[in-house]
Amino acid sequence: MSVEMAMNNDDREGSEALLKVKDLSLSFFQYTSGLRQTELKIISNMSLEAYSGEVLAVVGSSGSGKSLLAHAILGILPSNSRLSGSMEYKGQSLTPEKKEELRGKEIALIPQSTTYLDPLMKVSEQVMGSSEKKDKEVMRKRQTEIFQRYNLKAAVGRMLPHELSGGMARRVLVSTALMSSAKLIIADEPTPGLDERSLDETLKYFKDMAKKGCAVILITHDIEAALKISDRIAIFYAGTILEEARIEDFRNDGEDLRHPYTRALWNALPQNRFQAIKGHQPMQDELNGGCVYFERCSIRTEHCSKDIPQLKRISGGLVRCNNVS
Amino acid sequence: MIKVRHKELALFSLKKILKLICLLVVVSIASFWLVEQAPIDPVKIYIGAMSVTPEQKAILEEYWGVNTPAREKYLNWVGNALRGDLGDSLIYRMPVSDVIKERFTASLALMASAWLLSGVIGFFLGIVAGMKNGTWIDKAIKTYCYILLATPTFWLALVMLLIFSVYLGWFPIGLGVPIAVAAQEVTLLDRLKHLILPTITLSLLGVATIAMFTREKLIEVMSSDYVLFAKARGEKGFGLVWRHGVRNVALPAITLQFLGFSELFGGAVLVEQVFSYPGLGQAAVEAGIRSDVPLLLGIVLISTMFVFIGNMMADLIYQFVDPRIKQQETRA
Repeated sequence: MSVEMAMNNDDREGSEALLKVKDLSLSFFQYTSGLRQTELKIISNMSLEAYSGEVLAVVGSSGSGKSLLAHAILGILPSNSRLSGSMEYKGQSLTPEKKEELRGKEIALIPQSTTYLDPLMKVSEQVMGSSEKKDKEVMRKRQTEIFQRYNLKAAVGRMLPHELSGGMARRVLVSTALMSSAKLIIADEPTPGLDERSLDETLKYFKDMAKKGCAVILITHDIEAALKISDRIAIFYAGTILEEARIEDFRNDGEDLRHPYTRALWNALPQNRFQAIKGHQPMQDELNGGCVYFERCSIRTEHCSKDIPQLKRISGGLVRCNNVS
Repeated sequence: MIKVRHKELALFSLKKILKLICLLVVVSIASFWLVEQAPIDPVKIYIGAMSVTPEQKAILEEYWGVNTPAREKYLNWVGNALRGDLGDSLIYRMPVSDVIKERFTASLALMASAWLLSGVIGFFLGIVAGMKNGTWIDKAIKTYCYILLATPTFWLALVMLLIFSVYLGWFPIGLGVPIAVAAQEVTLLDRLKHLILPTITLSLLGVATIAMFTREKLIEVMSSDYVLFAKARGEKGFGLVWRHGVRNVALPAITLQFLGFSELFGGAVLVEQVFSYPGLGQAAVEAGIRSDVPLLLGIVLISTMFVFIGNMMADLIYQFVDPRIKQQETRA
């Protein structure tokens, strides 16, 4: 309920979010011993909104289920998963059928590595994607243009994925998104292991896409990369979003940040205080019904261990904490 | 896609040839030794039920070299074999090389058609089962494969022969050509008619292995990152399987099919026996039962080479055609 209110109170001048995700929960069914089935919760009550012309970063540690968020939006989750909550795209409910219709056309995914490319198919053919015979020439022309823009030689198109260098692979993966006329681009961990220059270059591609009017969701574990180009940053922790802050809020000692975890994260950066906090992100079976950050929180109260705080809007950002106002 | 690396290919061939030579030497020594140990008296076999005088027997013993030491016999045999003379077959009364040539041609037709048929059908079934993983079609195909895998070849051959030749009368009961027809009057159609049932029997067995493998491999490919990404880009259904699945499964499946040469040969021996098909397999059984040592050794050599070539083809595909292997090599 409060999410609804918080989001409706948004002070953005009249612009409607391109993608709205509300109370998204995702779990997997697993057979543990014998025929006993257990439910493994990955994402719980997660909400976010992506706006055209903006880069929204979803920052969380590796292996926390961020990629699955992307897969949930695209509707490509494995069959043993269960998804609840609502998603809207351009004001319309994003049903599985709708997702199937939109993916590859209006919603594009930029994957994290070359393992997402078919090892036996020439790069150019993969970037072009599958198309009907009559469209083949148009697609080829487009692919050539995009390769030129990204400074990829024609010879790169004739290579197989394993022959690409790291930088080339990055640009090839990004160019797959441009082949479609996607309005929403989800980049999943696009920057691991890149040197400073390639990192900046890659991030610039996303910024450019946003400038051209796309909504970009940048899923990453690299908060510094996110800080460079994002308009808003959502902090993903133990399967949910603890805070969504504007980029301007990340400054000084983090006094504009709302959640203690975001502040801790900010202060852990080398250029800031370089202070790590104790503890680790709780596993799903370690959660006891209270705030997911309870164990590590510096401002916790007794009330925090009882139930999960609602997401509320405070000074232009969203936060899931009882003790801030 | 395929960049042949000439230098490596030459080295590869050289290594393989050396290996083949070593293998042939070892196999021939082993077979020779086994035959030596067997209580075979060529003279007795030759004489059969005839009555001979001791003097005649001594001449025959001299002729067959019964009292020559084994090593000398082997070296003689190797020496002649190197000159292309594998000796004369005792049961067919003609040079072993001629018997093998004739028999191998017949077997090759059988094995090649069974190989192709089992490869194509098996691959197709595997793709269907993998695509429909978990559905009744998949279960039906899997059950069919398990039953086939558990079926002895000779039994299947007998059943096929009973049903299609004896009861239904669609196919001839055995042999490679019609009975009581002059050799020059045998048509290609006649030969094909005799070939169909043994081929089907032999290929049915190969189908199971390749279908199960293809199914497993397709399921693996379909759960890979690159198929997930293809789905994310709007690809779906059969187009997706065709574009990414079939391409990625085909190479390993073909490799496996080449590795199956030994089973193919083993199967052919049994099938030819049941169908009295005049192939190499049948000749091998005959030679074994009737102690035709020169023919047996000749067949051992030729079948060794046959299986070796199958394995070599698999290696060749593995190392030179599949770009993913090259990728791993450069990484290592």
